[in-house]
Amino acid sequence: MTRATRTPPSQAQRAARFVLGRITFYVGSSLFAAFFVLPLLWLTVAPFSTLANLDLRLPDPWSLQNFERVFENGFAIRALVQNSMIQGFGAMLLVTLTATLAAYALSRANIPGTTAITYGLVLFSSVVTGTAAMVPIFLMIVQLGLIDTHLGVILVFTGGLLPAAVFIMRDFVDSIPRSYEESAMVAGASSWRVFRDIALPIVRPGMMVVGVWAFVQVWGGFLIPFILLRDADKMPASVAIYSFYTEAGTPLITLTAAYSLLYTLPVLLLYLFVNWRYGFRFFGGIKS
Amino acid sequence: MQRRPILSLPTGALFMLPAGIFIVAFILLPFFWIAAVSFTNRTLTGRTAVNPEFVGLDNYLRLFDASRFLNSGEFGASLLITGQFVFFSAIIGQAFLGLALAWFFFNRKGWIQNTVTTIAIIAWIMPDVVVAFAWFAFLNGDGGTLNQILGFFGLPTPDWLLDLPLVSVIIFNIWRGTAFSMLLFSSALGAIPPSYLETANVVGASTWQRLRDIILPMIRSHIVTALILITLWTFNTFTPFLLTGGGPSYQTEVVSIYTYRTAFQFFRFGSGAAVGMVMMIINLGFALVYLSLLRTQRRSA
Repeated sequence: MTRATRTPPSQAQRAARFVLGRITFYVGSSLFAAFFVLPLLWLTVAPFSTLANLDLRLPDPWSLQNFERVFENGFAIRALVQNSMIQGFGAMLLVTLTATLAAYALSRANIPGTTAITYGLVLFSSVVTGTAAMVPIFLMIVQLGLIDTHLGVILVFTGGLLPAAVFIMRDFVDSIPRSYEESAMVAGASSWRVFRDIALPIVRPGMMVVGVWAFVQVWGGFLIPFILLRDADKMPASVAIYSFYTEAGTPLITLTAAYSLLYTLPVLLLYLFVNWRYGFRFFGGIKS
Repeated sequence: MQRRPILSLPTGALFMLPAGIFIVAFILLPFFWIAAVSFTNRTLTGRTAVNPEFVGLDNYLRLFDASRFLNSGEFGASLLITGQFVFFSAIIGQAFLGLALAWFFFNRKGWIQNTVTTIAIIAWIMPDVVVAFAWFAFLNGDGGTLNQILGFFGLPTPDWLLDLPLVSVIIFNIWRGTAFSMLLFSSALGAIPPSYLETANVVGASTWQRLRDIILPMIRSHIVTALILITLWTFNTFTPFLLTGGGPSYQTEVVSIYTYRTAFQFFRFGSGAAVGMVMMIINLGFALVYLSLLRTQRRSA
């Protein structure tokens, strides 16, 4: 860091610096954009092509025949519109409701050590979930008689997602002023009524974010349904996509691409909706 | 600061009960189960499925058996692979690129910034199997998008998943997860009082000086949080399995895949649980190192 003498820059220097800054910005943005978009380009055009190859080229002619053939695969379609939906919405409801209740209690009751509890749980959950815990969870679900059921998958997802959901939700509840609830308390409302009629409507945006986040996690989750389900009729799309693979494990390229697009669409739309409605961002409190 | 609480303690406990049941059932119980089963020879079928025997430290000793610890496909080799995977894709890749993106687009609004961040977030929220398939096509040896581009510039076009499997999986994971640290660091940068940076501008600090002397110290705790979460997630991620299956010849077998293979391909639950315990201990180690870093920084601050 040379501390050269700093004379005020001349007009020309300032203009040069501005142009240079602009160029850096455009070049940098293009590089970042290229890094993230290139791996996805093929997937966005391949479903409309009649040629089954991995070259990136515009379809000629554009065709919907791949989608027609995907819709003929009843197993994969049922997985997408029925099983993934049941598991996704089931876990989303459970996670959102239980996390909101818990976060409200952590924020509004004087429970000692709440911050330590929430941080500890998030840390612990990211340590315990994952492949490491698949053995005991598999055995436990077998013992509960929930193997090969939607409920088993929903419960396991809920348990794994809850700590982070409580963490995010608590941030929301902490950010709402208590004055409304306090006035209602003075007016003699019960705790439950204060929660239901006053707090709940205010934290609804937070519940939306947590709900969407939980849905996206379950929607994309592969390992849990893969291990806990056996019956083809209950498989979600993340597992059913492999029905477009041959016995040898190579994908039928065009059909897999078309199905991938259909499978991605719901989470994409959900993200765009939340981003438009509430702004998709982190809230100030996510820090140690 | 002490106010009359809105919820009494018993009501608060009642509100926490449903979440508490889930957390006990699916996080605390599995932990103790893993701990217990890792000392037995439990399997899925056969005699030891019903009556597993206590085998003491056998499972652990077998994992760390020095004669083959580092052989391809064994635990030690898998740990080494995971170490490189986590270091390059999480610590260097995601954290650094996320910070670079957040810093690059800091205080810039407009469609360019929106487009780039949106694409990064889409890469982050897409289903695992779909991104794995997209990358399988992207990296394909003959005709994949990447090699089409490299070939256009006259550069070598390796068969990425066969010739450079670990590099491929590392770049894939950077691409996949950078949005998280980008979002985290963006919100951290947004929380820095603008007056600090204006003052720095007035005294003529260079970009690098502003980054080193103002921004990095102020977002230290965010960096630690990001590093903890990214490291843990990367250490436990199973997604490389969808891209390479751990191969070719175990070259991308990170420990999550090793656990999976031990527990569910061979159904040796005792050994699988022992791997799980070792993974948890390593994870806790990471978390403690980062947290202690944070604490010493706070004290010195």
